[in-house]
Amino acid sequence: MHIADASVGVLGANGVVAGGLTVAVGVGLSIKQRKTGQVCLCFFGDGAANRGPFHEALNLAVIWRLPVIFLCENNGWASSTPHQYACAVPDVAARAAGYGLPGVVVDGMDALEVYAAVRQAAERARAGGGPAFIEAKVVRWQGHYEGDPQGYRDRAEVADGKARDAIARLRSTLLAQSILTTEHVAEIERAADAEIDTAVAFGESSPLPRPEEALEDLYARGS
Amino acid sequence: MRKLTMAEALREALVEEMSRDPRVFLIGEDLRAGVPFGVTKGLADQFGEDRVLDTPISEAAIIGASLGAAITGMRPVADMHFADFVTCAMDEVVNQIAKVRYMFGGQVDAPLVLRMPTGNVKGAAAHHSQSLEAWFTHTPGLRVVFPSTPADAKGLLKTCIRSLDPVLFFEHKRLYKMTGEVPEEEVLIPLGKAGVKREGSDVTVVGTGWMVHQALEAADRLALEGVEVEVVDPRCLAPFDKATVFGSVSKRNRVVVVEEAVKTGAFGAQIAAWLAEELFDALDAPIQRVAAKDVPMPFSPPMEGFVIPGVDDVIAAVRRVL
Repeated sequence: MHIADASVGVLGANGVVAGGLTVAVGVGLSIKQRKTGQVCLCFFGDGAANRGPFHEALNLAVIWRLPVIFLCENNGWASSTPHQYACAVPDVAARAAGYGLPGVVVDGMDALEVYAAVRQAAERARAGGGPAFIEAKVVRWQGHYEGDPQGYRDRAEVADGKARDAIARLRSTLLAQSILTTEHVAEIERAADAEIDTAVAFGESSPLPRPEEALEDLYARGS
Repeated sequence: MRKLTMAEALREALVEEMSRDPRVFLIGEDLRAGVPFGVTKGLADQFGEDRVLDTPISEAAIIGASLGAAITGMRPVADMHFADFVTCAMDEVVNQIAKVRYMFGGQVDAPLVLRMPTGNVKGAAAHHSQSLEAWFTHTPGLRVVFPSTPADAKGLLKTCIRSLDPVLFFEHKRLYKMTGEVPEEEVLIPLGKAGVKREGSDVTVVGTGWMVHQALEAADRLALEGVEVEVVDPRCLAPFDKATVFGSVSKRNRVVVVEEAVKTGAFGAQIAAWLAEELFDALDAPIQRVAAKDVPMPFSPPMEGFVIPGVDDVIAAVRRVL
C-alpha cells in the first residue's frame, strides 16, 4: 500500500501523517556525510504541519544546514478537518520563519511555478545553502480515502479544483507557446495510457502472493 | 585479564567500530561532553565532531533521522539519554524503524542501534527509571539486546553495530560503574545466544540486566544452605535463545524468571508462557516470577525499595519452587 522504490531514490510513502519529515532529515544528514551532492525532497500535507515531528525536523534541518526541501501540499483538508480550523496560521509557510527559513508559497496547480521554486531550492541546497520550505496550494479532488463521499465539502470547491487541473493547464501552455504540437500531446498521452494499461494488466493477471510470504522480510537475510 | 567498567567497555566497542567503519557515527544529546554516564567521553576529540553529533532535545528527530541515515548507507548509533525518553519517539521506533524493511519488501536495510540507558538507579523516580524492553519485544522487526556485564556489553554492542537490523540496546544504569573482566582480543558475541552465568543443579533462575547480579548474590546465599542455583542470562530478548534456557530448565526442572520491569506484561511473562507451552512436562513446580510492583517508580526511598525486586525476592521465589 505504501510504495517505495529505493533504486530510484523513492524512500517510501508513509501511513503516519508527518512520519517522513524526520526520516528526510536523516537522509539529508547522510547526503552531507557521504558528500553525494544530492537533495532530499520531502512531501507532506497541511495536516502534517500540526504534528510534533514537523517542528523537530525543521529545527534540526536548519541548525545542521541540511539539503532537505520540505514541500507542503496544502489542499486545505486533513481528512474532513479544514486547514483554517486546525492551523493557527493561514499559510503553513508562515511557520518557516519560526525556523529562520523563508517560506515560499506557490500555486501547486501550476507545474511551471512549482518547478521553478523547487529548482531554486535544490540549487541552493546543493551549494550548501541548507533546507527550504515550499508550500504548494492545491485543491483536493477525491476524498481522503477511497469511497469518501466528501459530504463535508462544498461542491463548488471541488468543481473549481477540477477546472484548474494542473496537467490541462500545462498542456495548454505548452501548445500555446508551440513547445509541443497536438501530435506530440497525443503521442505523450497515448504512451502514458499504454504504460498504465500494461501495468494494470500485469497486476490483474499476476497471482496473489503465497500466504506464508507474510513472514518474510522482517529481518535481513541470514540474520 | 584486565577489568573495565561497563561504561569503559562500551566506549571501547564504539572506538573499535568507529575506527573500523567510517559509516558509524554517534547521534544524541550531550555526547561530546559524555554526560551523565560517561560512555561517549573523549570520542568527539578522537573522531571529530562530524562523527559525534550533539542534538537538541528532539527525540523524534534523533530517531527518525537515524532511520533516514541508516536506509541511505550510514550506520548511526543513537543515544536515548534515558530509555524513558524513547516514549517521545514511539512512532519513529515502532511504525517507521521496525517496519521499513517489511513494508518495502526488503528494499532497504536499517542498520542502526538505539542505546537505551535503562532501569532503576536509586532516587531517579518515575520518568528516569523505567524498564521498557517488553514494548519492543512486542514489536516485530526490532532486535532487543540487554547485556549484564562489561564483556557482554562490549561483545554485543560490536555485533549490533554490524547488524543490518535495527537494535534497541539496553544498558542498565547501575552497571555503568560495575567492573568485570574484558578480553583484550576482539570478541563478537552473536545475537540470540544466552550466557550461563553460574551453573547449579537445583533450579534455573533466568535473569536480565541488574537482576542477573541480584540472582548471583541470591545463589551465593542459597549455596550456604546447600541449594545450587543455575543463573542464565538470555543477553538478547529478541532473538531469544530458547535452546540454552530450555536446556537448563529441562535439567533443573524448576525455574524462576527475574527482571526489574513491572510484573504485568513484562518480558518474563513471555518467557514463562514459552516454558509453560513448550516445556510443561519438564517442570516439577509452577513457574515463579520476580519483578517490580505494578506502579510507576516512586521517589521516596522506602517506597522505592518496596517496589523494586531484590535479592530477598529472588531467594523467596527459589524457596517457593523447591
